[in-house]
Amino acid sequence: MSEIILEAKHINKYFHDPVTVKVLNDITFTINKGEFVSVTGKSGCGKSTLLYILSTMDTDYEGELLIDNESMIKKKEKQLASIRNEKIGFVFQFHYLLNEFNVLRNVMLPALKLNKLSAEQVEHKAMEHLTMLGIQGLALKKTNQVSGGEKQRVAIARALINDPVIIMGDEPTGNLDKKNTEIVFDIFQRLSTEFRQTLLVVTHDNSFSAKTNRIIEMEDGNIIRQ
Amino acid sequence: MNYKLIFSIAKSLLLARWKQTLVAAIGVTFSITMFITLLSFMTGLNKLLDGLILNRTPHVRLYNDIKPSNEQPVNTAVTYKNYYNFIRSVKSSSSRQEIYNSGAVMQSLVQDERIAGIAPKIIAQVFFNDGTIDITGLINGIDVDAESKLFYFNDYIIDGDGQDIKNVPNSIVLGKGLAEKLLANPGDMVQITTSKGEIFQLKVVAIFQSGILEFDKTLSYASINTTQKILGKANNYITDIQVKLKDINKAPALAKEYAQLYGADAEDIQTANSQFETGSSIRTLISYAVGITLLIVAGFGIYNILNMMIYEKMDSIAILKATGFSGSDVKKIFLVIALTIGFFGGMLGLLFGFLLSSVIDNIPFNTAALPTITTYPINYNPVYYFIGFSFSLITTYLAGFFPAKKASKVDPVIIIRGK
Repeated sequence: MSEIILEAKHINKYFHDPVTVKVLNDITFTINKGEFVSVTGKSGCGKSTLLYILSTMDTDYEGELLIDNESMIKKKEKQLASIRNEKIGFVFQFHYLLNEFNVLRNVMLPALKLNKLSAEQVEHKAMEHLTMLGIQGLALKKTNQVSGGEKQRVAIARALINDPVIIMGDEPTGNLDKKNTEIVFDIFQRLSTEFRQTLLVVTHDNSFSAKTNRIIEMEDGNIIRQ
Repeated sequence: MNYKLIFSIAKSLLLARWKQTLVAAIGVTFSITMFITLLSFMTGLNKLLDGLILNRTPHVRLYNDIKPSNEQPVNTAVTYKNYYNFIRSVKSSSSRQEIYNSGAVMQSLVQDERIAGIAPKIIAQVFFNDGTIDITGLINGIDVDAESKLFYFNDYIIDGDGQDIKNVPNSIVLGKGLAEKLLANPGDMVQITTSKGEIFQLKVVAIFQSGILEFDKTLSYASINTTQKILGKANNYITDIQVKLKDINKAPALAKEYAQLYGADAEDIQTANSQFETGSSIRTLISYAVGITLLIVAGFGIYNILNMMIYEKMDSIAILKATGFSGSDVKKIFLVIALTIGFFGGMLGLLFGFLLSSVIDNIPFNTAALPTITTYPINYNPVYYFIGFSFSLITTYLAGFFPAKKASKVDPVIIIRGK
């Protein structure tokens, strides 16, 4: 029953500037399909660094990473970009929407890049996601006209658009007030239970992580509990 | 690759900063406008100045020069073949100035495919008698139809009708300077004395102005028949055959060929007027240099604006990369932005360049030297439009290339972390 989505094998990571520091030490874990995993730890323990490695954006590390049973080692920048496009959805602390586009277009962009569906189908799908997240009314607004909590929901819709195998969040509630934090958490919870969506969220908010299926706790570049 | 998507993203980025975009495009527009106007005006002027001489100069001129014979009889004598002969006081031979067998020569020239046309000519030296004063002058006996067709004779007639020398017997067209000296107007009679002492009365039918003062003071035109009569020669007497070629660059080679073929002297236009070629090519070179400098300056403007745009759009680039756009996609987006500025800026530049040249084309420009010119000359050559447009695309591409490359190298982790 447990289908492995993401597998990290003995990952080491160094920062070289100004002096060489080992920031991740022999990180090994797996994430199964449908799991809602949170990574916690104090500031500077390396949890964000780990997330960037797992997201394939950072390629400067030792060890092996498998996403959907496919090794990420020795892949070219272009291949990694298409893997991010197809298999990984992102939600960042700062919402990072493109201000030049409206909300709907922001959600559609990754799917247009994937280019598997026609523009009309993508638009339809994007509207479905926005409706599911309760923000269909914002579709045609400019991104700078919507509130922070709403932006984060738009970002979640964007992360979902290509039906990724895993959604990664980097402090997705770090910049939100209590009410919006709850809304975002509820959405994650729903995605996990209703759609069996695999989620990996980095957070230092213990009340958030406490409610997830599984907690990976980090300290000084090591996993101390999982 | 999904170009439609890249174009739509580029468009949104451009429109989001439309003021900057406009400034960049105006830079390109301005430089292309100036490039087109400058070149059109400069080459128009070149053509005009060259035309002053070149239009009226045959590409190859066949004639018999007065000069000593190359072969002195003693050198051909078998007896003195192995001697070194000193010959002193050699005189130019008294051979005829007319071209031998001119009718047949002209017939064979007309059939030559490389030739655009020929015009026969006779040059006669005469004195114009004005009371007690004799003014030296030249009468060019011409075939007025051929002369008009090949050398734009009619363009230089300022009073009367040049065609009349064909229709009115014993008629003449006087240079403006000469007519002023003789106080002659069309319809008046002038008296000439030939070098052999014969006196003729000729009717002035027109006045011409070549734009070269020296010519106008001495030159006059009459029909070939009239000139033959003045000189007392038969009607096959021709001293010059002026040849206009289809390709002016072949003139030196053809001049040599004809000299040998027809046993006459042949002079090509490049030898006769080499200074004009140099002058116009240098003027053209200067126009190109100025135009290209303008474009390069515009290119730096685009480079700056794109660079700034990339710093502003760091977040957007990072998010595009995080959501699956590769470095080369990002690079394409910024190149499309640069090329769009170049394309629209260039197009507008061509339009404004055309308009500005049309305006210059309508500015009055009157000069005594150029009777046919009433406005500033403009050369509407499509080649300049083509060059201008290609250059706008090339400079904007180069100006966009480095910023685009930089954008493609943006590391999303650093941007996202840095917040």
